[in-house]
Amino acid sequence: MAETDTSPAAADAQVPQFPTPRSAKCPFAPPSDLLALGDEKPLAKAEIWDGSTPWLILGHAAQRAILADPRVSVDEHRPGFPFPTRTMAETLEHRPLTIFNADGADHARFRRMMTAPFTRNRMERLRPAIQQITDQLIDEMLAGPNPTDLVKALSLPLPSLMICEVLGVPYADHEFFQEHAEVATNTELTGEQSRASQQALGGYLAKLLMAKMETPGDDVLTDFAERIKAKELELPDAVMLCMVLLIAGHETSANMITLATAALLESPEQLAQLQANQDPQFIAGAVEELLRYLTIAHLGQRRIALEDIEIEGETIKGGEGIVVPLAAGNWDPIAFPEPDRLDLTREARHHHAFAWGVHQCLGQQLARIELQVVYGTLYRRIPTLRLAVSRDELRFRGDSLAYGVYELPVTW
Amino acid sequence: MKVVVDTDKCVAAGNCVAAAMDVFDQRDEDGIVVLLNEYPPAELAEDVRNAAAICPALAIRIED
Repeated sequence: MAETDTSPAAADAQVPQFPTPRSAKCPFAPPSDLLALGDEKPLAKAEIWDGSTPWLILGHAAQRAILADPRVSVDEHRPGFPFPTRTMAETLEHRPLTIFNADGADHARFRRMMTAPFTRNRMERLRPAIQQITDQLIDEMLAGPNPTDLVKALSLPLPSLMICEVLGVPYADHEFFQEHAEVATNTELTGEQSRASQQALGGYLAKLLMAKMETPGDDVLTDFAERIKAKELELPDAVMLCMVLLIAGHETSANMITLATAALLESPEQLAQLQANQDPQFIAGAVEELLRYLTIAHLGQRRIALEDIEIEGETIKGGEGIVVPLAAGNWDPIAFPEPDRLDLTREARHHHAFAWGVHQCLGQQLARIELQVVYGTLYRRIPTLRLAVSRDELRFRGDSLAYGVYELPVTW
Repeated sequence: MKVVVDTDKCVAAGNCVAAAMDVFDQRDEDGIVVLLNEYPPAELAEDVRNAAAICPALAIRIED
């Protein structure tokens, strides 16, 4: 007679964990057990760091339904909210109500204060400046040591210089801004380590906001300055919003530049297309596919159910936690056939790299234009770009808020 | 085809403009959607359907 272990401990061992490590053989792919779970069913319970078992929403269609459902909340104060990390849980009381954790009318109010600078038209107006910054950084890289680290040479400085453009930081202050931005936005550092830079930046931004009240420009700081004058926004909140924009748009864009380069260097056919084809539509499509394929926001969007929700034959009960791993939706074969194939010509606009619903990334049009310029320029200007180390030596950021690599040693 | 936009639901993501720039634009002051053409011509129908499908706030409705 075979022995069967039916103890509670054994039953618990059946509950999948989230997140799980990626395969060293396929570091660009989402964890294989996440994909396997998604192949079985569109949603499933999983255990997270604190032992709680929120619902993982895996299918592309199910993700759309949940992220757009008004019964689904981002309010972190609700008991049972599935925090992404222990730090986020422990620092809850230090976090004010912001665009990230507000629902309904509060969320709409916050969002509309920040949307004007990020329209498609404003982004198109930035394109020449982004092209100029990109070309300049590439010039400096080509004139400098070979091999070099792409992260330091291009991926990190580009977004921070772009945020300078968007915010309206004067050119003379760019170096000061960049140095502190790198430390202030580094999510690997502790609060202690980044505090000095955060304070230096905060003080600087407050001064600049006051200056913009006297001498307006065509930038976010001027927009905020006008709202402060009209008593719609307080100065400290404006500084906080600037820091939010800076942090949100920094590592994300940097990691997309680095990771896409690593992925393209492994897919020479795809890389060759990008080098040869300058058609803006093709480049725009290639950006969407790279966003889908890489899905760097990999810790799962966190939500909580306000009431019972019936979905795909299951019931999410009111008060239960919800985690939406965007990569699972982006690799759902129903939405994207052969999802493990990087195909720059595929129709990928319906991806969830920027999530879905009213909280969809505010800076997505800025991210798009930045990546269109970089991907359309870097590989064309440095056609012999290649890794200076073997792929196995790359260190991937498995535990970071945004997935990527720590360094990308390249040569040409 | 008749296009209806809900400016209360809109969150200014701008994806409709990307999908069908002859039909959708964004307000300067807050990026909220502006409907340029309530009855777009047949050749824009596919783009408009894509725009409706890509709106994260489900703020675009199409009445045939």
